[in-house]
Amino acid sequence: MTDLTLADGLAGILLLVITAYAVLAGADFGGGVLDLFASGPRIRAQRIAIATAMGPVWEANHVWLIFLIVGLFTAFPTVFAALSIALYLPFTIALLGIILRGAAFTFQTHGYEAAGELAPWGVAFGAASIIAPAFLGAALAAVAVGSVRATPGSNVTTGWMSWLAADLAVLAVALCAYLAATFLMVETEGDPPLQADFRQRALGAAIVSGGLALIGLVLAWRQAPLLWSELTGRGIWLLLIALINGPIAAFAVWRRSPRVARVAVAAQIVFVLWAWAIGQWPALVPPDFTIHGSAAPDTTLLALTVTIAAGMVVLAPSLWLLFRVFKGHNPAAN
Amino acid sequence: MDNVVLSRAIMGTSLGFHIVFAVLGVGMPLLMSVAEALGIRRHDPAWTALARPWTKAFSLIFAVGAVSGTALSFELGLLWPGFIGFSGSMIGLPFSAEAFAFFIEAIFLGLYLYGWDRLSPLAHWLCSIPIAISGAASSVFVVMTNAWMNSPTGYVAVGNRIIRVDPIAAAFNRSTPTEDVHMLVSAYFVTGFAVAAVYAAGFLRGHGDALHRRALPLAMAMAVVASGLAGITGDASSRFVAGEQPIKFAAQEALFPTTTGAPLQIGGVPLPDQNRSVLAIEIPRLLSFLTTWNPNATIRGLDAFPRDFWPNVLVVHFSYQVMIGLALALGLGGVLYWLLAARRRAPPLDRWLLLALVAAGPASVVTMETGWFVTEFGRQPWIIYGVMRTSAAATTTPALGPTFAIFLLVYIGLGVTLARLLLRLAQRERLRAVPDDVRPRQ
Repeated sequence: MTDLTLADGLAGILLLVITAYAVLAGADFGGGVLDLFASGPRIRAQRIAIATAMGPVWEANHVWLIFLIVGLFTAFPTVFAALSIALYLPFTIALLGIILRGAAFTFQTHGYEAAGELAPWGVAFGAASIIAPAFLGAALAAVAVGSVRATPGSNVTTGWMSWLAADLAVLAVALCAYLAATFLMVETEGDPPLQADFRQRALGAAIVSGGLALIGLVLAWRQAPLLWSELTGRGIWLLLIALINGPIAAFAVWRRSPRVARVAVAAQIVFVLWAWAIGQWPALVPPDFTIHGSAAPDTTLLALTVTIAAGMVVLAPSLWLLFRVFKGHNPAAN
Repeated sequence: MDNVVLSRAIMGTSLGFHIVFAVLGVGMPLLMSVAEALGIRRHDPAWTALARPWTKAFSLIFAVGAVSGTALSFELGLLWPGFIGFSGSMIGLPFSAEAFAFFIEAIFLGLYLYGWDRLSPLAHWLCSIPIAISGAASSVFVVMTNAWMNSPTGYVAVGNRIIRVDPIAAAFNRSTPTEDVHMLVSAYFVTGFAVAAVYAAGFLRGHGDALHRRALPLAMAMAVVASGLAGITGDASSRFVAGEQPIKFAAQEALFPTTTGAPLQIGGVPLPDQNRSVLAIEIPRLLSFLTTWNPNATIRGLDAFPRDFWPNVLVVHFSYQVMIGLALALGLGGVLYWLLAARRRAPPLDRWLLLALVAAGPASVVTMETGWFVTEFGRQPWIIYGVMRTSAAATTTPALGPTFAIFLLVYIGLGVTLARLLLRLAQRERLRAVPDDVRPRQ
């Protein structure tokens, strides 16, 4: 193993940022999915629980994406440029989803007081919440299989129009819904019938995402030799842990232990992302871009590290305060 | 249309849309903070009752600003991969700092918006301070990157290969002081006039209650102070541009021949093909005087530069004239408002003045947008002044046409819906407006 450098440190920070975005904003996207599929006698209560849980935090959760983009083009500018060229379509479509999701959620929740039910925006909220993680998932697949190259080809669908990418796209949506359902099981602990609704959805999402994850592994083995060698190389331990943790999460949902389930599902996302990232180290975007080869000059990396450290000094207590004030209690119990 | 034109069209639309929400994101928190502070200090529930609906309106505006800002960060790469691949390591630092500032703003806005009933009045008011500070900081950080595009410094490159970067020097480039301060005060300028327009319209429609009588003077106070500061910083900015980007300066003034004792041209239509302007009112030697304090100074005209480096003179000159004209009119209007208020010892509510203030809201937005037109169109054909041509930075994807159409539709949809929601919100708030003699709620 070579010595770890500042560039590795920043790549690690970016991995933490992706993880935070996947878990926190993933749950918010999942909230949109569950909003779209809200049904049964408590349809209204389900939607209110989703809006109540997301309202104060979704914008803060969304900012991790901005950190990711800005951090990427600061520390690895050529990689950001190559990704933007190769994945123009999935990124643009995901971006539309992100814009519509945020606007629709705000219009729906705050507009509701002023203008009553805003049905089209309600549908837009749900649909956009599916589009954004799906296309981000497909883009991730394109990166993981090594189709983003330093010299871009003319084919605009390379890498993200494959069976594996389709599998990861749906898996991303299913995992978001799974996360949201377990988070909402915790939020609705004071309301057993409503909690049962979300438990049912969590079980459904568990089955779908478990199945898709296994199909994804088979597809990687058959069709994506680069990804398969990474996952079964350095990433193998995290992959094995994920294979054990997955059933634990589903069992916790089934046993009605929402707090355990919430942690286990979030951890599952961490294990899968890290198995991929650690598996492909020292590549950042395989096969052409390594962390060292594509990093900005050290002065920039150092300045960015200092900025992040200084920013965290302000950010950490602020975030703590936000979650302390709004997530420390159970809104459904009021 | 080719990719460069389409990329510029998409970027320009996105920026022009986002900036409206961004400036309100800078200015509104200050208004909310002052209103709530007055409510607490004077035990006046009407002030607090003002801050509350502002917070709701602001959260809608902030969300649209947040998602449209996200679009911009993506578009830096999606539309301009050549630009960001080259300059990411130089301008990334202020962008990263902006991300933190935005994060802080989002967090405290969440606390402020949802915390009215969960925090003590003082704790709640304290949450407004980080919102106001981080909003202003966001503007300062982002504009640093635009300033760098005007004055690229802080790096050594051989061709496209970057040898050395000094990100601090890049952030604090020569354009940063004038551009940053001018944009910041412009944000308060737009917010002041926009909020004043809303309440002036309320008065005209006979809704002049206790809230209106507090909101209008507060907004006008911000507007008039910001007008003065925008004038001073705008003047400094113009004189700086004369030295830093003489082509942009010549284009904004529509000065074709290099002239000793150059006149100031008011209005007029530049005819770049004929190297002259027509129909302008000329004030002899004034341009030389305003630029250098010497009426006989020589000002370089467009003819001092190859035509290949000229920006679109018509757009730049016209935008510049609109900006200056509107800014002067708005500033004088603000002064007039306070002169009348001082003479009558009460805020003036004359119908003609209220009508003018309603028009001042959109006019202030036009002032700011045309100001950006001058900066951006005036820098062409460069994306990085003197270093990289815009045409060299654009993406090659074949999908830009549909992207432009879809984004345009999305922005129109968002704008219309937001306007509709804000109007409904105002209507509903009016129904439960606080009368003058209301008792404080416990």
